[in-house]
Amino acid sequence: MAESYNANQFRSGLKVLVDGDPCVMLDVEFVKPGKGQAFTRVKYRNLNTGRVNEKTFKSGETVAGADVVDTVMQYLYGDGEFWHFMDPNSYEQYQAGEGAMADAAKWLKEEAECQVTLYNNAIIQVTPPMFVELKVVETEPGIRGDTAGTGGKTASLETGAVVRVPLFVNEGDVLKLDTRTAEYVGRVKE
Amino acid sequence: MSSEPDWRPSATFDALRLRAKLLARIRRFFDSRGVLEVETPILGHATVTDPYIHSLRAGSLFLQTSPEYAMKRLLAAGSGPIFQICKAFRAEESGSRHNPEFTLLEWYRPGFDHHDLMDEVDLLIKEVVGSEDAERVTYEAVFQHHVGANPHWADAEELERAGRACGVSVQASSDVSRQDWLNLLMAQVIEPHLGESAPTFVYDYPADLAALARIRPGDPPVAERFELYFRGTELANGYHELTDAREQRERFTRDIEIRRELGYDEVEPDPRLLSALEEGMPASAGVALGVDRLVMVAAFARTLGDVLSFPHDRA
Repeated sequence: MAESYNANQFRSGLKVLVDGDPCVMLDVEFVKPGKGQAFTRVKYRNLNTGRVNEKTFKSGETVAGADVVDTVMQYLYGDGEFWHFMDPNSYEQYQAGEGAMADAAKWLKEEAECQVTLYNNAIIQVTPPMFVELKVVETEPGIRGDTAGTGGKTASLETGAVVRVPLFVNEGDVLKLDTRTAEYVGRVKE
Repeated sequence: MSSEPDWRPSATFDALRLRAKLLARIRRFFDSRGVLEVETPILGHATVTDPYIHSLRAGSLFLQTSPEYAMKRLLAAGSGPIFQICKAFRAEESGSRHNPEFTLLEWYRPGFDHHDLMDEVDLLIKEVVGSEDAERVTYEAVFQHHVGANPHWADAEELERAGRACGVSVQASSDVSRQDWLNLLMAQVIEPHLGESAPTFVYDYPADLAALARIRPGDPPVAERFELYFRGTELANGYHELTDAREQRERFTRDIEIRRELGYDEVEPDPRLLSALEEGMPASAGVALGVDRLVMVAAFARTLGDVLSFPHDRA
């Protein structure tokens, strides 16, 4: 059983159980009218649903910590229903469903190292590497000379992601991308 | 978040210069009006009984949570109008708008009621930070407008419903009282909207939020208390002061009972304040204004750390 936390120990990043779901605190604000009772207002993300909510705790309230572990795992393969990962230390394999994958799926190539969140030893969230290098499988032919990167077009990548890229990008190019913003960073020299 | 070393001040020197300028203007304002600057002890033998204000101890003494009691003793002794700029200390108050050690401007005006004092606070703020004329709105009107409930009559259940409709959900394993709901909804739902363009006074509080204000009989009875809000931040709290020693004693006793129920430290009522009130304190209005928060809103800063040289976590 994870430990529990008092309202005055709340801080962003703390993982707790709210209404039975594992949640991560995003923003913690101390609320105290001059003469009144103190409260702590918390904005948190439900790690099962991804939804962000707000709740106010009376001072002195405690919440149970969620037995949530962040770890790095290697992506192995997808079987159409589940995405399979391996803990590089124990070689233990885990599978993640569509809910846990969310947007991560479209960035993952085999052997990619991902930040994985485990709750009760099951994957509830997968965060792709911040930067990935992926090959363009489909785009309009490149326009030579447009190295300024003005304008743009869409390109489909080998993992299924579709991103905006500069006009000079060609099919077969390998691109560096920021997965947080889905933005093109640059072309990778082969 | 920057990872700058924590020996450095968190405020910019611009913010520290602004603070110095505001303090000089405050002193000039009171000097020109014949209000005497005083100092009273930071360390005292007694402290406040307010259930939700926690004092820090220094040996057998208390660090003062406000200079209120000592200043009232000066009034009873015949000081006439007085002001003070001092440090005050409150345990367990730490956040973007709270620091356990903070600077208060507190002043008292014999012969004023809370409306006279609001006039003077308005003039001070205009002179010190160059704001527009302040607005005035009753607690009832502002509560009805933002929360849709009557703060004089609504019970805890009705306030909880109104709060839920405003997106406030509270987790509490013990009761959240009517007063708690009023305070919470004020802080969480109403305060962010107050004083957007000009400072806003909220006045005439529900009688059960009187604290040390006089209660004006009527239907409903109201506490002659006000708070000042500017740019979504509470800056000041003032009263047409309670001067009746017997009622003061009763309020102390009630506070102490609440403290006991909640399991907080027991504190004794301040005997010297009660003696002074028995001797007779002139009818007065008084107000406490948070100087750090004033500098914060004047600088359009978001947290106290932006205007304090060394906030709590770097102290």
